[in-house]
Amino acid sequence: MSQPLLSHLLVLAQQTAPASGSAVTTLLQTLVDGFTVGSLYALIALGYTMVYGILKFINFAHSDIFALGVHMTIVIAGWFGVAGASSAGVPAWYVGLGVLVLSMATCGLVGFIIERLAYKPLRDAPRLNVLITAIGVSLFLENVGQLKPIGSIGIPFGPYPSPTPTLVANTTLFTLSGVDIHLIEVTVVGTALLLMLGLQFLIFRTKLGSAMRAVSFNHRTAALMGINVNRVISITFVIGSMLAAAAGFLYALKYSGQAKQTADAMWIMLGLKAFVAAVVGGIGNVRGAVIGGLLIGLIEFFGVQYLSSQYRDAYVFIILILVLLLRPEGIFGKAVAEKV
Amino acid sequence: MNKLQEQAAKLKPTPASTMLHALWPLAVAIAIGLFMVLVVGRSVDPYKGNILINCGIAIILAVSLTVVNGFTGQFSMGHAGFMAVGGYTAAVIVYYSTMKIWGDADFHGGALSYTGAGSAEGAWFGWGDVLFVFGCLLAGTLAAIAGYLVGLPSLRLRGDYLAIVTLGFGEIVRVILQGSKDQIQPWKASEVADTPWYQLPLKLGGPKGFNLMPTYTTLFWVYLAVVLTLIIIYRLKVSSSGRAFLSIREDEVASQAMGVDITKYKVRAFVLSSFFAGVAGALFAMYNGTINAAELGFQKSFDIIIMVVLGGMGSISGAAIAAVILTILPEILRSPPHVWPWGLGLLAVMTGIQAFRRNWNTPSLIVVAVATTLLEIGRDVCLANSINPADYRLVLYALLLILMMILRPDGLFGVNEIWNLVRFGRPKQRPAPQLGEKP
Repeated sequence: MSQPLLSHLLVLAQQTAPASGSAVTTLLQTLVDGFTVGSLYALIALGYTMVYGILKFINFAHSDIFALGVHMTIVIAGWFGVAGASSAGVPAWYVGLGVLVLSMATCGLVGFIIERLAYKPLRDAPRLNVLITAIGVSLFLENVGQLKPIGSIGIPFGPYPSPTPTLVANTTLFTLSGVDIHLIEVTVVGTALLLMLGLQFLIFRTKLGSAMRAVSFNHRTAALMGINVNRVISITFVIGSMLAAAAGFLYALKYSGQAKQTADAMWIMLGLKAFVAAVVGGIGNVRGAVIGGLLIGLIEFFGVQYLSSQYRDAYVFIILILVLLLRPEGIFGKAVAEKV
Repeated sequence: MNKLQEQAAKLKPTPASTMLHALWPLAVAIAIGLFMVLVVGRSVDPYKGNILINCGIAIILAVSLTVVNGFTGQFSMGHAGFMAVGGYTAAVIVYYSTMKIWGDADFHGGALSYTGAGSAEGAWFGWGDVLFVFGCLLAGTLAAIAGYLVGLPSLRLRGDYLAIVTLGFGEIVRVILQGSKDQIQPWKASEVADTPWYQLPLKLGGPKGFNLMPTYTTLFWVYLAVVLTLIIIYRLKVSSSGRAFLSIREDEVASQAMGVDITKYKVRAFVLSSFFAGVAGALFAMYNGTINAAELGFQKSFDIIIMVVLGGMGSISGAAIAAVILTILPEILRSPPHVWPWGLGLLAVMTGIQAFRRNWNTPSLIVVAVATTLLEIGRDVCLANSINPADYRLVLYALLLILMMILRPDGLFGVNEIWNLVRFGRPKQRPAPQLGEKP
């Protein structure tokens, strides 16, 4: 854990801890925070679980796509004239939407390129090789992201931290027994829910979704049924990357005004927690990923609140080890048989 | 029957030869260690000595990870975690014992471990060295126990789950170490004397790390450990255990069918690998005089994995060479030298060997020539635009990793050792067997 992350955690802990309040307030506040962050984990976990379902490997680069999403949010919001917390006022709602759509499009494109260049040549290689490639892609994105500008060619996000923009006003919608529910939290959870419902519809109600499920069962048979396997895999990567970008956008909303750095172990850590969420829910299972994400978010925040904030990262991995030992197929592994 | 027994008795090695066979690695290791410290160590400046020590530690780490990731085909991503376990163990043993025994945190070793300015006087060994060696061995042992505890339950898992669990283990170790209590500072010897011994291992410095230790690691100890590691792991590779490891890597089901107890051998590989990682961690801590768990996160594990993957999954010499190259590379890249003399030399040697063996391999020569040209052009471009190539090395490693997986997934040497690739002498021409002749 690098020093910025530590300070980040401290800030988080201060945000999480209510100034004054009863046990109920604390409990509710923890629930709200856990649920908000959990929905972000769920969005990222969906990308992991979709790729795992189809290609059976852990896409380590997914957490970097998520980090790219945060940074694209910063960069694109800058194009719209919204930079950091210092800018005057909050822009109109469609600016936020525009930023979301554009950063999703960029990350989708990056995901497409990664799949084509790095993973497609390894379609028939042992899974370990693909895993190593994924680590390579992850390291590549991370290190390109922190390069210094070469001469006049600037890289959108250099080695220096830049603050996330304020795109949604931090107004309090209502107060529930001492806990303020802000517009930001509602936006985050609402957007995440909308995207998950959209994905659910795509996978279980459309022709493309049937193709994806077919490919996840068996590439060869799916190809014999007239499905263009490579196209389906590409689309899966694009959708997963877009969801990660959306998670990045929502992350930037939730922690608006905080300086974020590309070269930070926290991105991988966040991504790994999302992966743990996918495993806990039952990897390859879309609904499991959502439930797992929420669960991991809640466990993390309850652990921080009621046990110790020092071991924040440890809780998630202890849960992972327990789940793998007791029920390796995940909580919802076989109960919901649909796979993507 | 009698004849058979006689033959067996003849073939049975004498105790003396057994002893020799068991002990020559130690003798060789001591000789090389002495050579490194007395000849090399005295002729290089401290900067190069530092690089040599880092190379040695990297070799131990990479070669030990080869046992799990290369031989056995599992994928551990928590090697830095075992390194941290070892480093902190050695730190506790050496630091707090020094405080208990001598009442200070100073150096109490002999000339072989002396790292201060000038050359040391007095005996070659001191009681501090005994403490140091004991600390290193205990570091390896504790890391091995940690490896057993992690390995036993998780090695039932499939490859990529194992990767995540080991990564999680490394992170848990890091988080726990960072959450430990404050270290007792060197000037508070009375406080150490008052603290019961079982409470001392809890005071590990937390997020600040464990600092101000006496340093013992010299070229002697590092290269002693390197040579022992290389010989032990090479012997392991050619032993029955090593063949079991390699068979698991090739096909788990088939090797199980041949009677290989898969879980047992996986755990065995894991424990051995962790032992050496722990020793490397101890050497690392006792060289720098400080160790901080924050530096031993999964980024460090990734560094070691890159060495193993580039060197060849299962090649000891490959991993060692990759470790040396990747440790030296950032230093070289700071002011890149000309590449063409090396390229030309390599080309000449390769041409010589191929001409001698009358076994031409033209593509390899073209690859070397093209690579040399490209590197030379790259150097000129960097110098002309005052770019520091060392800034791009991590991007380069990542690209190398991806390209390697696509073009040459077995790494530089694959499972071969470097001496298996270069054969001396001409290939033997065997006469074609005639019809009816027994082969």
